[in-house]
Amino acid sequence: MSDFTSPFWHYYTAAIVIGGIVFMVWLVKSQSVRRTDPGKKAEVTGHKWDEDLEELNNPLPRWWIIFFYITIVFAVGYLALFPGLGAFQGWLGWSQVKQYEQEVAEANARYNPIFEKYLTQDVAAVAADTDAVRRGQSLFLNYCAQCHGADARGSKGFPNLTDHDWLYGGDPAAIKHSIMQGRQGMMPAMGKGFDAETLDNVTQYVLSLSGRPHDSAKAAGGKTTFSTSCAMCHGPGGEGNPFIGSANLTDKTWLHGSSVEAIQDVITNGRQSRMPAWQEMLGEGKIHVLAAYVYSLSAGGKQVATAPASEAAAAEPAAEENAGE
Amino acid sequence: MHETKHNAAIAAPLKFYSAEEISQQGEVQRLYAARLKVHPRLIAGWFSNWRVVFVVLTQVIYFGVPWLSWNDRQAVLFDVASRKFYLFDLVFWPHDFIYLALLLIISALALFLFTAAAGRLWCGYACPQTVYTEIFVWIEQWVEGNRIQRIKLDQSPLTARKITLRATKHFLWGIFSLITGFTFVGYFTPIEALAADTLSLSLGGWATFWMLFYGFATYGNAGWLREQVCKYMCPYARFQSVMFDPDTLVVTYDAARGEPRGGRSRSADPAQLNLGSCIDCHICKHVCPVDIDIRDGLQYECIGCGACVDACDSVMDQMGYERGLIRYASENAVANKLSRLAMWARMFRPRILGYAFILGFLVFAVGYSLQHRPSFKVDVLRDRQALARELDDGYLENVYRLQLINIEEHDRRFTVDVQGLENARIAAEVEMPFEVAATGNRQVVVRVAAPADAVSKRSTPIELRVRADDDAAAISEPTVFLKPIN
Repeated sequence: MSDFTSPFWHYYTAAIVIGGIVFMVWLVKSQSVRRTDPGKKAEVTGHKWDEDLEELNNPLPRWWIIFFYITIVFAVGYLALFPGLGAFQGWLGWSQVKQYEQEVAEANARYNPIFEKYLTQDVAAVAADTDAVRRGQSLFLNYCAQCHGADARGSKGFPNLTDHDWLYGGDPAAIKHSIMQGRQGMMPAMGKGFDAETLDNVTQYVLSLSGRPHDSAKAAGGKTTFSTSCAMCHGPGGEGNPFIGSANLTDKTWLHGSSVEAIQDVITNGRQSRMPAWQEMLGEGKIHVLAAYVYSLSAGGKQVATAPASEAAAAEPAAEENAGE
Repeated sequence: MHETKHNAAIAAPLKFYSAEEISQQGEVQRLYAARLKVHPRLIAGWFSNWRVVFVVLTQVIYFGVPWLSWNDRQAVLFDVASRKFYLFDLVFWPHDFIYLALLLIISALALFLFTAAAGRLWCGYACPQTVYTEIFVWIEQWVEGNRIQRIKLDQSPLTARKITLRATKHFLWGIFSLITGFTFVGYFTPIEALAADTLSLSLGGWATFWMLFYGFATYGNAGWLREQVCKYMCPYARFQSVMFDPDTLVVTYDAARGEPRGGRSRSADPAQLNLGSCIDCHICKHVCPVDIDIRDGLQYECIGCGACVDACDSVMDQMGYERGLIRYASENAVANKLSRLAMWARMFRPRILGYAFILGFLVFAVGYSLQHRPSFKVDVLRDRQALARELDDGYLENVYRLQLINIEEHDRRFTVDVQGLENARIAAEVEMPFEVAATGNRQVVVRVAAPADAVSKRSTPIELRVRADDDAAAISEPTVFLKPIN
């Protein structure tokens, strides 16, 4: 009865359905004959349109009429077997959800083995398998490219997976874990604890860690604040900690931007980053192949070819150019 | 078109009303009727020969084409599972659907043209319904005998002979139907493997279903439903009359010459007896596959097969009368007693010429378009999440996904470059040129980067230009290069 807010609707819709079937029986029965005065032929069916347009009696084949009754019998049988009569679920117990679940199970049974056969190899070995990597890329484009980009190079706030720089570690196990369980990155908002000068000093210190242009006097002033407030997570030297995913501040990778304003914004307001867990959705087989693809992007040593576009185009003969238009 | 004669055909109705009820309510007339089986008499003659030619021709094509080979594959194969449709040298993909639409438009226009010129040529000679009905009647005649013998057999009580004949007929019909079903499936799955599977009884579920389904359709339509399909189901039969005009050639009974009809001896002079040429022998009715009397005039049931023309001509020959009492003639020609030449001259009327011109133009245009179809296809999808990114070297980068489809049946290598952006560089995740397999598709992610200070607009229209190594033609797909706000 979950479909209806009150039992009344069950009886209401059931009555409409049954009434409809009875009406159809009456309709076919009444419309397949015509009463005339004794001795008179039914020249017309009795249907009239536009005042004087009448339908001549071209008798329908009898089997056609019989088919009308068969459809009515079919409707009764259907309503007995499948849901359709108010809240009655039908004797077969069929439902959309059950069918969906069954089809998902069938698809899993069919497609999971394609991925699960790689589970016997470790991620690094799978990453060397061209076929597996191609499958992994296809999964990546479906599930990961929305955030990390189709080329896995990320964007502001979403990590680049090709740059050998890892928040949570780039070994196969860590990558697989990141995809399976997801990651919850948290940089607390320090805004209330710092006055403007402290904020400025600590920002300059952070800039100095990776050797970016900075005010060394202010940076020296920020060092103490960093040791007390930031080093717990980012480490005394600012090199980060892959166990909690704190960022390495000494390299050239800046997930949330490297400008003074961007850094101050992160310190003041903090950041909540979330990589969703995929184990439920994809299953280990697919994730294993996905991890291999991601691993191949940086560890596989893939070379990326670059073609200078405009020069190449300019160098081509004009005739070919025209043929192309 | 008078259709009231059908009331006479009401027979063996369903019994819904008792006699008592009828007497109380006045007369109850049923608006439906049991079908009376039509037993057409087979006849030889000019049009019947053409009908045989078309039956053979259509069946040779239908049964033969799936066995042809082309480029080491089945020449005509509609591979629904991998969505590739092979037609000799052409491979169609789902996005070539427009060609199917154009084919249907051409077919419809051809139907208009033929109908305006000479009525239901399609119905009478080429329509599968007619063709298979003809084949089934041949089988029926071969097993059960001629029209008279078949009618007698229908009326005879159930004897061992009747059961044997009926069983033989349905068995032969069934075998033939299954072969049509097998061939049908052979257009969608490689027919040689299908034949092997059929012979070893190891067919898959769907192949079995479609084989039986299509076979059942042949058996039901050509064995049982026959003319009822044309009379009650076919939409074309219903709207074709609007394509007729007074100059359309149709099977016509020359009433002026034939009436008054009546029997007479061969030696009698009809003028003396005050009779027309029609000897009222009813042969035109007996040969008719849709059971009409052409002497009642043009009727919607008439499929224009010309059997009555052949039948009447043979009688006219026997009587020593001139042929053509029933003939292909236009309404105009009969009414105004036009000569044959004058009647045919009216073929060149604006309506026919118009249809012919449009049809010719369309056929040419489609042929030209097929000839110049690009040998590969490109789709460009901009990455939506990473609108643009700033690189360490001061460049702005946008990411695009290229979907490349290689139409040709051999592996090819492709390169891509960018147009419309100054000093841009482009890189793909794979080395260029990259390979796309024969009739395969591939997704390639490319990155386009340009110096940030050279990109003036927030959104710059650019083109990604793809070219194949063996094709001078390039395909340029438009997209945009985005610049972040700050």
